[in-house]
Amino acid sequence: MDFSFSEEQQMVAQTVRDLLTDQCSSADLRKMMTAGEGLDEARWTKLCEMGLPGIMAPEEAGGLALKDEDFVLVAEECGRAALPEPLVEHAGIAVPMLAALIDNPAVRKVLEAAATGEGRVAVGHPANLFVDAADTAAALLLWHNDEVHLVSVDDVKLVRQPSIDSFRRLFRVEWMPSAKTKVADAAKGKALWALALDRGALYAAAQCLGMGQRIVEIAVAYAKDRTQFGKAIGSYQAIKHHLANCQVKIEYARPAVYAAAATIETPGPEVRALVSNAKLSAVEAADFAARTGVQVHGAMGYSWEVDVHFFLKRALGLAGAWGDRNMHLARVADCVLNSGMPLGPAATFPGGTAHAR
Amino acid sequence: MKLTYTPEQEAFRAEVRAWMKANVPKETLASHDTVEGFTPHWEWEKTLAKGQWGMVTWPKEYGGRGCDLIQWLIFEEEYYRAQAPGRVNQNGIFLLGPTLMEFGSPEQKARFLPAMAAGDEIWAQAWSEPQAGSDLAALRSTATRDGDEYVLRGHKIWSSRAVFAHWCFGMFRTDPKSEKHRGISFILVPLNTPGIRVNGIRQIDGEAGFAEIFFEDARVPVANRLGEEGDGWKIAMATAGFERGMMLRSPARFQVTAERLVELYKKVADKLDPGLRSQVAQMWMDAQSFAMSTYMMASRLINGGHIGVEASLTKIFWSEMDVNMHRIALQMLGVRAELLHAAPDAGDIGSWLDGYIFSLAGPIYAGTNEIQRNIIAERLLGLPRG
Ligand SMILES: Cc1cc2nc3c(=O)[nH]c(=O)nc-3n(C[C@H](O)[C@H](O)[C@H](O)COP(=O)(O)OP(=O)(O)OC[C@H]3O[C@@H](n4cnc5c(N)ncnc54)[C@H](O)[C@@H]3O)c2cc1C
Repeated sequence: MDFSFSEEQQMVAQTVRDLLTDQCSSADLRKMMTAGEGLDEARWTKLCEMGLPGIMAPEEAGGLALKDEDFVLVAEECGRAALPEPLVEHAGIAVPMLAALIDNPAVRKVLEAAATGEGRVAVGHPANLFVDAADTAAALLLWHNDEVHLVSVDDVKLVRQPSIDSFRRLFRVEWMPSAKTKVADAAKGKALWALALDRGALYAAAQCLGMGQRIVEIAVAYAKDRTQFGKAIGSYQAIKHHLANCQVKIEYARPAVYAAAATIETPGPEVRALVSNAKLSAVEAADFAARTGVQVHGAMGYSWEVDVHFFLKRALGLAGAWGDRNMHLARVADCVLNSGMPLGPAATFPGGTAHAR
Repeated sequence: MKLTYTPEQEAFRAEVRAWMKANVPKETLASHDTVEGFTPHWEWEKTLAKGQWGMVTWPKEYGGRGCDLIQWLIFEEEYYRAQAPGRVNQNGIFLLGPTLMEFGSPEQKARFLPAMAAGDEIWAQAWSEPQAGSDLAALRSTATRDGDEYVLRGHKIWSSRAVFAHWCFGMFRTDPKSEKHRGISFILVPLNTPGIRVNGIRQIDGEAGFAEIFFEDARVPVANRLGEEGDGWKIAMATAGFERGMMLRSPARFQVTAERLVELYKKVADKLDPGLRSQVAQMWMDAQSFAMSTYMMASRLINGGHIGVEASLTKIFWSEMDVNMHRIALQMLGVRAELLHAAPDAGDIGSWLDGYIFSLAGPIYAGTNEIQRNIIAERLLGLPRG
C-alpha cells in the first residue's frame, strides 16, 4: 500500500503548471474572450510538444502509454489554469476510447493523429446532451444505441449552445450513423461508453480540485492585501473560517479523485461509487470555493476584473457534465444499498488494494 | 393577534391584482442593469405611476396612496404574483424615499418625492469608495463649502445603475479634518453636473450593472444637503436600516421563487435525487418564515416600533435563502443548468442561471453578511467587540 504519486508523476504536473502559468494567464484568457476565440493553437502546440495529447495512447500509435494515475494531476493543472483547450477530454477520454478500438484501421489512423495532437477528437456522450469543443475537433466519437461511431467533423452539422462559460464550446451534433461510421457494436460499445462516463467524471473532478485550489490562492492573496477598519481582511475570523472551510472541502475531495484515477478500469460497483464520490465532492469543493472566493472579494469579486468568475462558470459547467449531481448521487446510493459490494473498514479501496504507486 | 385580512385589505388586494393583470407587460424585459433593459423598465415605472402605484406607502401629496405597511406587503405580493418587472428605481424609492420622508425639508420632499413616484428621475446610491466598503466611515470624498455651493471631489464606486441614473445620493466629508463617522454630510447630486464622470464597471455577467463615479470639482447647491451638516452618518444608517430591513427585498419575491422551485421540481422529479424533495420543502418553509417575519416587523412598526439591529437578521436570511433556492434549481436543471437563454436547445430552463449569479451578490451588497453577523453578535447578543 502506497497512496502517493511518484516523483515523475509530480514532475510532469509541475512542468504543466509552469507551462500554463506562463502561457495561460488571466491576461491570456481575457484576450481570447474579448476576441471571441475558443482555442489558442500556439498553446495547443506547446501542450503537444510535451506529448500530453497522447499521454494515454499506446506506444504503437505514437503515445506515451501512461495511465490515468499519470494524467490525473495534469487534468488538475488544466483546471487550475481554466485551460480553454480541450486537452482533458481529448487525452483523458477520447484517446483511451480510441485505443480500445485500435484494431480497426480507421480508428488507428485517427488515434495516431490524436496522439500527436494534430487531430483533436471530441466525444458525444449521451449523458452530456451536447459535445464540447466539437468545432475544433477533426473527428467525433458519437453514441448511437450504445454503438460507437467515428465521424469526421466535415460530415456533421454543429449547432452552438452557448454556456455561461464561454470557453466551453458546446454543440448539438446532427449526423447520420452508417455502417461506415460504426467502429464498435452495441455490446462492446456499452462498456466503452460506461468507462468514458467514468473518465469524464473523474477528470471533471480533477479539474475541479485544481480550480478550487486556485480560487483559494487568489482569495488568500486578496485577503492579505485588502484592508478595512485598518486591518487586513484576512485577519478577521469570518474570512479565515470561510477560506479554511474551502480548504477542508478540497482536501477531502482529493483522495477520492486520486484513488479513482488509480482504479478506474476495475469493473464493479466499488469503483463506480468511488468515481461518483470523487465527482460529487470535487464539484462541491470547487463550487463552494467559487462562491466563497466571490464573497471574500466583496463587490470586487462580483466584478469582471477578478478571475474568480472564470472558475465559478467552469465549475457550473462541469457540475452538469459527465453525470450531474442527481445521477451520481443515485449511483452511489445504488452501489451502497443494492449492489452487495463490501462496505466497512477493510473495504476502503476497491478490491482491497490501491493501485497508486 | 389576528392573522386574517380585513375586508378593506382584501378589496385593496383585488384592486392591485386587477390593475397588474391589465398592465404588466406580457413579455419578460431584459435586466434593468443592461442598456436594452433599462429603458423599458423606466417606462414601466411611469406606467406604475399612472396607476398611482409608484410608491403606495407615500402620502398622496407625494404621488403615493398613504398605505400602511400591511397594505404595502399586500401590494408587493400582488406585484410579484403578477411577475411584474423589477424596480429600476429601487435605490430611489426604497432607500432614499423613506430617508427623505424622515430627514428632508418640506422643499426637498416636494422637489424630489413626486418626481421619484412619477418615475421621472432614477436614482443611484453613491456611498462606497475603493478604500471604504465595509468600513464605510473611511470614506474620503469631500464637499467643500464655497458660498451657497459645495464643491465635490472624490471617487465613488460600485454604484448600481449609475450609468443610467439621473441623480445620486452620496456621502461626503464636509469637515476635512474629521474622522470616522463625524463630519460627513448626505448630499443629493444631479449626475449631469459638470465635473462628474461615470464609468461603468462590468459585473461577472459582463454587463456594466454598477459604476464608478469621479467627482472633480463638481458644484451643487448647499440646499441639496439632506439634514444638518455633519449628520450624514446618522441619516445614512437610517437608510441602511430601510435597505436591509424592510423595503429592498420584500418576501413576496422569494415566495414566488419558492413556488417556481416547486413547479420545476414537479416537472422533473423523476430524474432527481430524492434528497431534493426535502430541500424544496425546506425552501418553501424558509420563504414562508421570511414572509411571516416581515408581517411581524410591519405590525411592530405600525404599532410605533423601530427597525434596529434586527435589520441585520433579515438581510442574512433573505440573501442566503436566495442563493440556496437558486442552487437547488440549478441542481434540478442538471446538465442544462449552464446554458444561456440564447442556446437554441435551452428549452424551458427559465432564468435560474441569471438568478443564481445575481443571488451571489446578495451576501455582499447592503452590507456584507460577515458585517451583519458581527452586528448581531455584538449589538444584539452583547458579545465583546473584536
Ligand atoms: C451588486 C452590487 C451592487 C452594489 N451597489 C452599490 C450601490 O449602489 N452603491 C454603493 O455605494 N455601493 C454598492 N455596492 C457596494 C457594497 O455596499 C460593498 O460591496 C459592501 O459594502 C462591501 O464593501 P467592499 O466590496 O469594499 O468589500 P470589503 O469591505 O473589502 O470586504 C471584503 C470581504 O471582507 C469582509 N470583511 C470586511 N471587514 C470585515 C470585518 N470587520 N469582519 C469580518 N469580515 C470583514 C467582508 O465581509 C467581505 O467578505 C454594491 C455591491 C454589489 C456587489
